[in-house]
Amino acid sequence: MIVAERKPFEEIKALVKDFNRVLTVGCGTCVAVCLAGGEKEVGILNTELTIARKVDGNPIELGGVTVERQCDMEFLDELDGMIDQYDALISLACGAGIQFLAERFPDKPVLPGVNTTFIGANRDVGWYEEKCRACGNCCLGLTGGICPVTMCAKSLFNGPCGGTNHESCEISPDQPCAWHMIYERLSKQNRLDSIIEIFPPNDWLNTTPRTIVQPAYKERKAAR
Amino acid sequence: MKSGSNLEKILRAGHFAFTGELGPPRGADIDAVRKKAKFLVGSVDMVNITDNQTAMVRMSSWAASLIAIEEGLEPNYQMVCRDRNRLAMQGDILGASALGVRNILCLSGDHMQFGDHPYAKGVFDIDSIQLIYMVKKMRDEGKFLGGADIDTPPKLFIGGAANPFADPFEWRVYRLAKKIKAGADFIQTQCVYNMKKMREWIKQANDMGLTEKVYILAGVTPMKSLGMARYMKLKVPGMEVPDDVIKRLQGVEKKKQADEGIKMACEQIEEFKEMKGLAGVHLMAIEWEHKVPEIAERADMLPRPEV
Ligand code: SF4
Ligand code: SF4
Repeated sequence: MIVAERKPFEEIKALVKDFNRVLTVGCGTCVAVCLAGGEKEVGILNTELTIARKVDGNPIELGGVTVERQCDMEFLDELDGMIDQYDALISLACGAGIQFLAERFPDKPVLPGVNTTFIGANRDVGWYEEKCRACGNCCLGLTGGICPVTMCAKSLFNGPCGGTNHESCEISPDQPCAWHMIYERLSKQNRLDSIIEIFPPNDWLNTTPRTIVQPAYKERKAAR
Repeated sequence: MKSGSNLEKILRAGHFAFTGELGPPRGADIDAVRKKAKFLVGSVDMVNITDNQTAMVRMSSWAASLIAIEEGLEPNYQMVCRDRNRLAMQGDILGASALGVRNILCLSGDHMQFGDHPYAKGVFDIDSIQLIYMVKKMRDEGKFLGGADIDTPPKLFIGGAANPFADPFEWRVYRLAKKIKAGADFIQTQCVYNMKKMREWIKQANDMGLTEKVYILAGVTPMKSLGMARYMKLKVPGMEVPDDVIKRLQGVEKKKQADEGIKMACEQIEEFKEMKGLAGVHLMAIEWEHKVPEIAERADMLPRPEV
């Protein structure tokens, strides 16, 4: 899932300082799971903002709504008719959701309430780890299911580097060395052959905005 | 001859090579480089010019390499993958070769986090092994990484680094094999303090026939003090300093620790000269360039061969 973190309160407060009627829009998917931007977080943010602005002698009128997925136009339709009463929107969705919301309501300022941080997994309640940088050229089949692009601090394809500190990465004793893990796992599976060959320079496919249209939908796209 | 570098000639002639290191200054002072270089002339066969070492900004390694040439030193132009992408690297390689640089050392580079710009974007477009492969392709096939022809290919003796002391130990010799396969002509190792592990690693390399395909130079850094030994043991990633090294320095009074450090380095060098599979020693006397002539003398490495 996409993991995000709510922005510091003072930053959000500064973003909305010129607005008096604001709608906070949550998202019920990834950011709800990682406790950053679901229904509950919409309520908490609005309460905090209401109190802070009252204390400042500059009250704010806030609305809150959480849609199923902000990264899907279909789910944004339900906001039609609601938007007009507000000067601005805060989105607690990931960067994709925020941009879709802004695109759907281009006349309204749309402000981010979270920092979208990574594609990750849920290690435990409230504990998420980055796992993938969406490089577009997945090599997990060769690296024992451990991503060198994400998990190695230097994104090396032919590691481990000389900085490996016991089993940790040179950047921190708390960060396991990805290539140490890759070696260990492949060694146990008797598959070290897959890293003995030199990985050639990678074709970085994530340097331009990407679009995917599934083959079955190519015609549909062409017609738009 | 692949490059015609002094190091290549010395190694091909079968001499035991002795190389040094020079860290460029954190400023634009040309005399700082000249001063360090003067200590090294005549004492070493080639000198590594570090590239934004420990991720701290310094005078660029190609510029300091050119100053070294002017001073009569042969540079080993270090290039890290951290700071530039494949376009910048290939451009710099051509430029360095055009201006007479004949050796290059291909490194990943320390992570940005260690330096003075911890939130810089790490480039790591290619890694050190891919860099070796790229330089070889440029030199031997006369082609850029992208496939286009190079009208005048660069002439460089290609180096890589190896750290026999970083985990997993069993994989280190295979990684050395990968560097050789990619095109490394010579290898300089991490500073050696654990001689037992070094002997074991070289034996593995001998057994795999790797030492016949590449020249390996063992890294030596004399300890200046007990404090330095402790720091290296605890703070430098991938560095292994066994307790007996610490104990030996503890056994001498503070004033004499530097001398003891040099003595230990000389003993190591003596053993390296006899070690099958080693072709030389790489002396990294960090911020101790003025001591290099003395160390070279005491290690019986002088005079350096003329080839
Ligand atoms: S290699 Fe890593 S970054 Fe690339 S797609 Fe696979 S998991 Fe994601
Ligand atoms: S120590 Fe391991 S994870 Fe860290 S940069 Fe080196 S190879 Fe990558």
